[in-house]
Amino acid sequence: MTGTITVNGAQVRVEFDSTDTLLDVLRSNGHTEVKRGCSSGECGSCIVLLDDGLVNSCQVFAATALDKKIITSTGLGENGRAHAVHEAFADTGAVQCGFCTPGMVMATYSLLKTSPDPTDEEIREGLVGNLCRCTGYVKIFDAVKLAGERMRKDG
Amino acid sequence: MADYTTVGKSVKKIDALALAMGTDPYTADYSLPGDPPLVLKFMYSDVAHADIVSLDASRAEALDGVAGVFHFWNCPDTFYTTAGQGYPEPSAYDNRLFDHKVRFVGDRICMVAAETPEIAEEAISLINLEMDPLPTLFDPELSRDPDSPRLHNDGEYMPIPVRYQPEENICAGLNIPLGDVESGMKEADFVVEHRYTTQQSSHAAIEPHVVACYLDPRDRVIIVTATQVPFHARRIVSRVLDIPIQRIRVIKPRIGGGFGGKQEVLLEPYAALATLRTGRSTICEFTRSEVFVSSRTRHPMRVDFKMGVKNDGEITALVMDALMDSGAYGTHGLTVLSNAGAKVLPLFNKIPNMLFSGRSVYTNLPVGGAYRGYGATQSYFGFNQHIDMIARKIGVDFLDYCRKWHIKEGETSEIFRVLGEGKEGVSQVIGSCGLGECIDVGAAAIGWKEKRGKKQSGPNGTVRGVGAAIMMQGSGIPKIDMGAASLKLNEDGSFNLFVGATDLGTGSDTILVQIAAEALKLAPEKIEILSSDTDLTPFDVGAYASSTTYISGGAVKKCALAMVQELRKVAADALGVDALEHGPECFTDPESGESFSYEEIGYRSTYAKNQVQLQTNASHTSDVSPPPFLAQFAEVEVDPETGIVRVVEFVSAVDCGQAINPALAEGQIEGAAVNGISYALTEQYVFNRDGRVTNASFGRYGIYTTADMPKMQTFLIPTHEENGPFGAKSVGEIGINGPAPAIANAIFDAVGVRLYDLPMTPERVYRAMQAASSPSEGSAAEAAE
Repeated sequence: MTGTITVNGAQVRVEFDSTDTLLDVLRSNGHTEVKRGCSSGECGSCIVLLDDGLVNSCQVFAATALDKKIITSTGLGENGRAHAVHEAFADTGAVQCGFCTPGMVMATYSLLKTSPDPTDEEIREGLVGNLCRCTGYVKIFDAVKLAGERMRKDG
Repeated sequence: MADYTTVGKSVKKIDALALAMGTDPYTADYSLPGDPPLVLKFMYSDVAHADIVSLDASRAEALDGVAGVFHFWNCPDTFYTTAGQGYPEPSAYDNRLFDHKVRFVGDRICMVAAETPEIAEEAISLINLEMDPLPTLFDPELSRDPDSPRLHNDGEYMPIPVRYQPEENICAGLNIPLGDVESGMKEADFVVEHRYTTQQSSHAAIEPHVVACYLDPRDRVIIVTATQVPFHARRIVSRVLDIPIQRIRVIKPRIGGGFGGKQEVLLEPYAALATLRTGRSTICEFTRSEVFVSSRTRHPMRVDFKMGVKNDGEITALVMDALMDSGAYGTHGLTVLSNAGAKVLPLFNKIPNMLFSGRSVYTNLPVGGAYRGYGATQSYFGFNQHIDMIARKIGVDFLDYCRKWHIKEGETSEIFRVLGEGKEGVSQVIGSCGLGECIDVGAAAIGWKEKRGKKQSGPNGTVRGVGAAIMMQGSGIPKIDMGAASLKLNEDGSFNLFVGATDLGTGSDTILVQIAAEALKLAPEKIEILSSDTDLTPFDVGAYASSTTYISGGAVKKCALAMVQELRKVAADALGVDALEHGPECFTDPESGESFSYEEIGYRSTYAKNQVQLQTNASHTSDVSPPPFLAQFAEVEVDPETGIVRVVEFVSAVDCGQAINPALAEGQIEGAAVNGISYALTEQYVFNRDGRVTNASFGRYGIYTTADMPKMQTFLIPTHEENGPFGAKSVGEIGINGPAPAIANAIFDAVGVRLYDLPMTPERVYRAMQAASSPSEGSAAEAAE
């Protein structure tokens, strides 16, 4: 099959098999910032925004993403630069191995869009689909709060 | 405390921003020459023990898109160990690339190289096998039973002269007597004796095991791999495939977590073999269920502790017997077992009589391996509960008891001398120990005095309790681990730092830069680090045994100080003055005030006078392994109706010497603690009667998520370790050892029952409470301690 997806604002002509997932197609088209941790929708490493909704891209057939807008971690900031959420993760020590981080960043961004100043409970719920084995989540909570603070300031 | 410029500062992890964006590549993100690479897939055994009578791969080989099928009958049959340890490895050489036998459900039968994963899977389905089932051994207690099958009887051997008895399924054994335990027990007023068991668990690094391989234009084998041990990987691939070390280059890019799981040289030889046979680039990436079943697990252990105690609390004798289930292969079988004693028994160093015995045995179950904590985790679970029982029995607060009896600065333990990792140890005197302060700070933070023994009510009928655990680990393996570094001056006064050390996400690249920057009196931003490339960087044993900060950091410090001497010579020549002061990025003549900067040194030495590339090298080993110390505290809520245990708060106070980077050091403790909490309460392998893992997915296995998080507090208690770089000790492993015993002790504090088996599931807690409340049951007596 062939079709067009829009990734981080750029239209990409893609070729794929009917059973290929969005994750397969993104990675084979150079979007290796989207990570594969389990292929079963349980770790959150491959989370992207699909028309503004969070999805585990390993659980979405590529075909369903045609003509939709996809945002990955590298598309969050302006012109491919770092976004406030990335900066906050780096500044708080919330990045260890970093494998889960692009997915965490997407979930954080989505959470902060709806809850700009989230409570601990909202963070727990907002990131529950993102596993991290390195940090024990402590500094990830700090990162989400710092990112929220910075995004609120920047309007 | 010494006054440092860069050390002790939470410098931002140098790769953090690129990792957060996702642009710094991991192994699976590499573009390989001649893309797309061949995909490697394994065929696994679905029976626990069988001879492979015949294997017919002809239909698979004939399938379009299949480049090769690899199996026992067409591959090297060298015995080796996948344990990525020093040479010769203290692990049994009992593993072949492929064998004519399978030893657990998930053992490798053969491998297919194909153009796509789908073709590889189809090829696997076309392989015809004739298997002859063998009797199985699932219970490690039955390993020596004459009726039990022998797993290894084909010439497997131990590469070092230690006990190895495959005829009894024993892959390692230990017997360490100190003093006279019999008379020690006689001196005791009472004896406390219990059996504790711990379970398999998965490292669950979010990046699965993955390796890519290609041939460079000169046909050298280039292996890009998610490994903690690039140099050991190179050596082991060389030996298994019989190709010279110089023909192999191992590159470690970013790694998505290791925790010991990537200390195994698990996939590298297969990718190298397939690339050499086909001439193609190859990639082998485990699925999540392969990681669970066919990589490595924490070794389950049964530990019996027996301690003879006087009424004043003095322990007169200690007997520890450990039975470790190594699974189908003996990787780390000797050293994890050794560590269960070596990293635990010195903590209470005033026990005059000890006997530590143990066996690691083969079973037809998934394979044990290195896992953060490395045996100490298994052993501390029982040890700290035992200490809690003793303290309660003599009516002394647990923390007061620990304060009195733990090892102190200036003291030693005979265990250091007699027990190393698989061989004799190395004597050492403790140079730094902040454990007393760790206990004080942690106790205040958790509210020990207010909460201990109060059985406060929590919400919904729950009962609260607090418990603690104390522990030590080591810093590298003394007289064995070696790390090396080299530094190169650029003409603008910046430096390149080359280290063999392996950053598996811990941030070691960052802290090694900090150490170099501190010695050079330079901003860390002026140093570019390149690590873990066997062609470009000097040797390092790799990331394990809590060695990187201490051993590799020691090499970096030496190397940087040697560079300071070289820089000084150029500056002295330029200024015509010998007695120069070393200042920030320069040398100054104290008389004239004239200074000569690193940049001036760089341009002068590169282009102007006595031209030379200023470059220094240093290697480091250590004669001692200074232990970090840690006190951990758990407050739990136990629901008497259901047995559900919730950790409300968890506190860690650690003495890791001088933390080079406090944020990263805290991160090590926090991550280890949460891993330890879910190990204590939820994580386990569930097997069916045929030895098959039935919960090999994140969803069914149960690692902690944000929703499970207790309130966490972590304190770094500074000490200065003379032997460590700028006073540093290790911090990577220790934090995983305390949660299980601290939680078990807290459960007892809340509801008066002991949990002797991990994980402490609601069912187990409930049953323990039921047993305690029924007077006919023996465990009621324990409840009444």
